Amino acid sequence: MSGHAHSHKRSGLWDWLTTVDHKKIGILYLIAGGFFFLIGGLEALLIRLQLIVPEADFVGAATFNELITMHGTTMIFLAVMPVIFALMNAIVPLQIGARDVAFPFVNALGFWLFFFGGVLLNTSWFLGGAPDAGWTSYTTLALKQYSGIGVDFYVLGLQIAGLGTLIGGINFLVTVINMRAPGMTFMRLPMFTWSAFVTSGLILFAFPAITVGLVLLMFERLFGANFFNPDAGGNVVIWEHIFWIFGHPEVYILILPAFGVISEVVSTFSKKRLFGYSSMVFATVMIGFLGFMVWAHHMFTTGLGPIANTLFGIATMLIAVPTGIKIFNWLFTMWGGQIRFTTANLFAVGFIPTFTIGGMTGVMLALPAADYQYHDSYFVVAHFHYVIVGGLVFGLFSGLYYWWPKMFGKMLNEKLGKWNFWTFFIGFHLTFFPQHFLGLMGMPRRVFTYLKNQDLDLGNFISSIGAIGMTIGTILFLANVVVAARSKKQAPADPWDARTLEWAIPSPAPEYNFAQTPLVRGLDALWVEKMAGNKGMTPAEPLGSIHMPSPSFLPFLMSIGLFIAGYGFIFEHHVFSVIGILIAFACMLMRSLKDDHGYHIEPDEIEEKGVKA
Amino acid sequence: MSADHTVNSVLPDEPEKATLEGKNKVLGFWLFLGGETILFGTLFATFIALRNQTNGGPTGHELFELPLTAAATVILLVSSMTSVMSVLAMHQHNLKKMQVWLTITAILGIAFLALEIYEFSHYVAEGHKMSSSAFGSAFYTLVGFHGGHVLFGVLWLITLQLQAIKKGLTVVTAPKFYVFSLYWHFVDLVWVFIFTVVYLMSIVGGKVG
Repeated sequence: MSGHAHSHKRSGLWDWLTTVDHKKIGILYLIAGGFFFLIGGLEALLIRLQLIVPEADFVGAATFNELITMHGTTMIFLAVMPVIFALMNAIVPLQIGARDVAFPFVNALGFWLFFFGGVLLNTSWFLGGAPDAGWTSYTTLALKQYSGIGVDFYVLGLQIAGLGTLIGGINFLVTVINMRAPGMTFMRLPMFTWSAFVTSGLILFAFPAITVGLVLLMFERLFGANFFNPDAGGNVVIWEHIFWIFGHPEVYILILPAFGVISEVVSTFSKKRLFGYSSMVFATVMIGFLGFMVWAHHMFTTGLGPIANTLFGIATMLIAVPTGIKIFNWLFTMWGGQIRFTTANLFAVGFIPTFTIGGMTGVMLALPAADYQYHDSYFVVAHFHYVIVGGLVFGLFSGLYYWWPKMFGKMLNEKLGKWNFWTFFIGFHLTFFPQHFLGLMGMPRRVFTYLKNQDLDLGNFISSIGAIGMTIGTILFLANVVVAARSKKQAPADPWDARTLEWAIPSPAPEYNFAQTPLVRGLDALWVEKMAGNKGMTPAEPLGSIHMPSPSFLPFLMSIGLFIAGYGFIFEHHVFSVIGILIAFACMLMRSLKDDHGYHIEPDEIEEKGVKA
Repeated sequence: MSADHTVNSVLPDEPEKATLEGKNKVLGFWLFLGGETILFGTLFATFIALRNQTNGGPTGHELFELPLTAAATVILLVSSMTSVMSVLAMHQHNLKKMQVWLTITAILGIAFLALEIYEFSHYVAEGHKMSSSAFGSAFYTLVGFHGGHVLFGVLWLITLQLQAIKKGLTVVTAPKFYVFSLYWHFVDLVWVFIFTVVYLMSIVGGKVG
């Protein structure tokens, strides 16, 4: 989006395929994640159309199973995760006053791995059928005897995408630890950066578990192993444990960045510093820690026994404490503030009660005895959509409206934005609020139809109508993006009168981010300077030449290699598996042997553009 | 991004942490090893859950022989020491010595792999296979993952040797040698657990089932 002249000028597609600039990678994540979000949304729409009236046969039962599996998998791994990474890439380095991330090359590799993993998974629709064992892919259902080739796509696609996420997480951990500007202590980190930091830590410790789970399932399906086959001594509960040891932290990987966004947005648009900053940090770390202690609450009905169920139930309820701290802190931040209801803030304010409802049903589900009633019913579906859509997706919309000018240099239209918010918000509640009651009345999840006159008709009908509201909201957002892209008006550096470092530099951020590394003198670094009457940040170094990493085609090529290997494994043509893996190794070898000297941007080049930090 | 990659005539005391890139690499690698710990932890948990599920096939107690695995253990632990020696040599800025120690490390790694291949083929002949039982699946996956790590380490070491010859010891190459030794220690440490949990617990633990 920015066309700065420098010694490594590349243009068009080649530039995007080889970029190692975190801001461009952020945009790539947003485009790819947005694309998968539309696919997942389409799948959701088809699900709701099938359920709009009883005994419909709009899609068959088999297709319905594929739709629910792909909807869940796509939304979690390929839509919301990448959009979170889009915001982290675009904003975290700017918020800590860094010129770059710690590992620009690895960052690009992470994106391309995710992208090709996602494409691999989605090609299953055309190559023998999509996975149909649910997004949790429980064994024995997911074993070869009961599920087709789709599950192989699930295993390989998620494995490749998961590797990308893992290295992306490591990159952000090191970036936050090592690349902070002078004076940017940990307790001065903006809340979004804190949440990105904790989320990256969770990624690091949760994703290897799913890596192993997927390897076991792959060996079972492709190489005749017997981990989950009870006939040969295997144990199906192992998959459940491994999946949820990853799967539960994954839920917090998703929601914490949304908490971070809300903290930034609520504080900026209340013109107050965040209430209880240090308790917010504490709560974030606490949620991250407890997130690893509660996985078996997904397995209350598996039969682990009353002691295990009790302990995991109590641990789960404990999480309500730090989450409650956060909710009250947001409310107290708004209390007495000069609140501006921009679109970003509407999504943030809409988030608070919606997420609270999702949290409340979460506590209900945490009671093992009661969970026997709710388990596998639409009550659970309602619960997790309240936290993931009503929590995370609202948070992401809020963050996109807030940071759009910093990412693209254009403002999103506020009027369209408000329509976007209200249609999406009302559509969301119409869709999912009735599902609580459908569940309590006994409608199980993952059924492709239901009988009429069992008190399920009206709730399902309303729910399906609501889905149309969310669709309209999403289309309005896309329209807004087009309007913004076509508008000639450049966004100012600090359109919201905001508080943190990313607003101290022009919109969109120049490729070197900060002409001079800023000196940070307090929490809400830019606000501190504003209050002191300064025009901008005080530089911590003289203007000098800036070292930049060279672009590289290797991340793309390496991911292509694993993409090919994925197909080799799925179709058991191991020639391709070997070729693909050799391509990936050859790229690693080239990267290792050839030093990247990078290039420099000279001070006159910086001053030419009139950029002063 | 202050790092100027041209090598100064005087190499700093800890060349692996002399540049920001080097520091990032070392920290990033420590974190990566944290993730690897979870990876192996999950594999260990799976193995422990399934170690008695032999499906009528041979048990660990019947299969495993202490002399063979003890030899593998000694080889790998010694290689851990030689990789320490290579880092010490690097801190003395003694390229030749470092290369020698790295070569010995690679040879020990290859010896370990040879023993492991022999061991696996022996087991397969006795009817202990990936597909014969849940115990077999868990055994080959856990021990095989470790063997895969050793193999990757050896291949990595060869590329590092090439760089040692071509580029010598600089602030760019030093973090690579250092990070390799971290990796090698980690792989050895995992073996210590495999030796205990997989082999000793079956051999000394007596009757299975």
